[in-house]
Amino acid sequence: MALRDTVDEAALGGSLTGQAGGSPTVKPDAAEALLSVEDLSIGFRGRDGDTSVTRKVSFFVRPGERVGVVGESGCGKTVTGLSLLRLLPERTARIDGRILFDGRDLSTLPMREMRKIRGRDISMIFQEPMSALDPVFTIGQQLSETLLAHFDMSRKEARERSIQALTEVGIPLPERRYDEYPHQFSGGMRQRVMIAMALICKPRLIVADEPTTALDVTVQAQIIDLLCQLSDDTGTALLFITHDLGVVAETCSRMLTMYAGEVVEDAAVDEALRRPGHPYTSGLLRSLPRLSERGERLPSIPGRVPSPNAMPEGCRFRDRCPYARPGCEDYQPMVTDRRGRHVRCWRVDELALPGAVD
Amino acid sequence: MAVPEQQMQQEPVVVADGLTIHFDLRGGDTVKAVDGVSFQIRPGETFGIIGESGSGKTTVGRALVGLLKPTGGRILYAGQDVSALSSSQYRQLRRNYQIIFQDPHAALNPRMTILQSVQEPMEIMRDGNPASRRQTARDALERAGLPPEIGARYPHELSGGQKQRVNIARALTVNPRFIVCDEVVAALDVSVRGAILNLFADLQKEFGLTYAFITHDISVVAHISNRVGVMYLGRLMELGPTGPVTEQPLHPYTRALLSAEPLPLPSEMRDQARRIRLTGEIPSPVSPPSGCRFRTRCPSAQAVCAEHVPEWRELRPDHWVACHFSTEEGPPDAS
Repeated sequence: MALRDTVDEAALGGSLTGQAGGSPTVKPDAAEALLSVEDLSIGFRGRDGDTSVTRKVSFFVRPGERVGVVGESGCGKTVTGLSLLRLLPERTARIDGRILFDGRDLSTLPMREMRKIRGRDISMIFQEPMSALDPVFTIGQQLSETLLAHFDMSRKEARERSIQALTEVGIPLPERRYDEYPHQFSGGMRQRVMIAMALICKPRLIVADEPTTALDVTVQAQIIDLLCQLSDDTGTALLFITHDLGVVAETCSRMLTMYAGEVVEDAAVDEALRRPGHPYTSGLLRSLPRLSERGERLPSIPGRVPSPNAMPEGCRFRDRCPYARPGCEDYQPMVTDRRGRHVRCWRVDELALPGAVD
Repeated sequence: MAVPEQQMQQEPVVVADGLTIHFDLRGGDTVKAVDGVSFQIRPGETFGIIGESGSGKTTVGRALVGLLKPTGGRILYAGQDVSALSSSQYRQLRRNYQIIFQDPHAALNPRMTILQSVQEPMEIMRDGNPASRRQTARDALERAGLPPEIGARYPHELSGGQKQRVNIARALTVNPRFIVCDEVVAALDVSVRGAILNLFADLQKEFGLTYAFITHDISVVAHISNRVGVMYLGRLMELGPTGPVTEQPLHPYTRALLSAEPLPLPSEMRDQARRIRLTGEIPSPVSPPSGCRFRTRCPSAQAVCAEHVPEWRELRPDHWVACHFSTEEGPPDAS
């Protein structure tokens, strides 16, 4: 937090608007961050002992900011997202560390208090809208329920607000669709309903876990526009979990790269795309077919994400890393380099890694 | 991946001629999944088929390997109409046409070892003897880039990329000429996609394979294909060489599809103005729009689009389009 003194006020002021571009990644003090996750380690109890899924994950989200979380499957993105809302199974999940939201630690909050926050201050959008909507209730009932749970209002008012929310997310004939069931909606329309539901209480943070992955590309473009426009209009911050670097580039101003349960890079999106600091971020960007000439060989990252029970010591990426050297077997702390990138690699200052632009 | 000149003049490996596949629903409705699609796949080429869900691309792929019977039109394999063949002739022909599916896990029997799974097609075809089948399966696994000990393992012990390699090995064991690849990298992480696509390219060179590559991912299709067909709601909208189709498309739908793809580029390199936003979603294939199927979402649609199905026109060499207003220069201006 001492770092805060080293950035000028103008840069910080600019970053608060949540515009796409190069917001500095200097850690704000607790009062400035909306969400501050500190050393979050998540494990699951099993018959053969505990399995650690994430290790000391730390990041923050400023009010109104859109932050992307990227990484391969099995890197701990979804588990981290679920833990913020305490949606992991209480009996088997073990959570260490702090989840400070608006100064309160969500990880120790009584469930009764947590329920007041869910849907009201923080809401979530899932990948598969059909599994998040209850098939036996109408869309309207489910939208109104969210409002009635958090506000003292009549059913009539809740209905009006819900229809308005459906209008805002671009659902045609909202009065009629209010009384329809989820199966009567297409995939894109269901995801719009999910967004309406997530936004209806005007939360300050939305955790969106692969919200467009199941959608067609033309519908995805509509949903991305909608999310960004609504977040601009309402000042809602967004934590956007996705494997799609293109989606992050088009929506977020800052990007966290996760690998094997750790954050390995935290940088402004434009900076990470142009000059990634971590070899894993660079490897992901170089793997995209669009960067290669047609018919040429495509680069890829050899091997696979290590399983939680077989994590290598030191840098967890080193077995797959073309830049690994003696020294990588030591524990890698997050370091801040000359450019202000936060990277979990001791070689960050000597490596000039290729990004999405040649 | 240029296709040699003399191969181009050879007989097509597969021809779809007015291919139509309808599914009857309870209550008398009909899903017009594929509605009059014609194309030829040339020897040694990779023919990309791109489209969104509901476009009919998967149905076409299944029909190409005989998993679905056309309700109209025909499919010719090396010039032969399948419906005219005896069942034993068909069986012999059928082995030349294989398919690899999107979900590498669902395609493997969880109770069979990898080696057993890879041997199965040869058992069905009654190829060789148990010892030769085992050897062929081992060779195929090795060719697909897997270590020999994988053969004794079960599918759940493998990663997604490894499982897809197993499925590729399995398709290779019967020496096919033609493989339909249906979203074969869609379920894989970005980091391993490149390696699998490289493997497909290597095998094509080594065995002279012909591919139909079905995908929704423009960057994949642009990378691997020689020619691309763009499908929308059961019909082909555009068909041509990959470069022109993905860089200077002729159809308004292709242009919109290309512009909707999110680009992993820094903000100053992304041209926001290029975006053509389609409104609405793909209509139901039970009651597709009259005339041009794309007209309900097309920014350039006119009255004529509802009345007449656009002609299939060759506006550039080998580059075809179904739009009333496209010219050699490209699609009509979106306004």
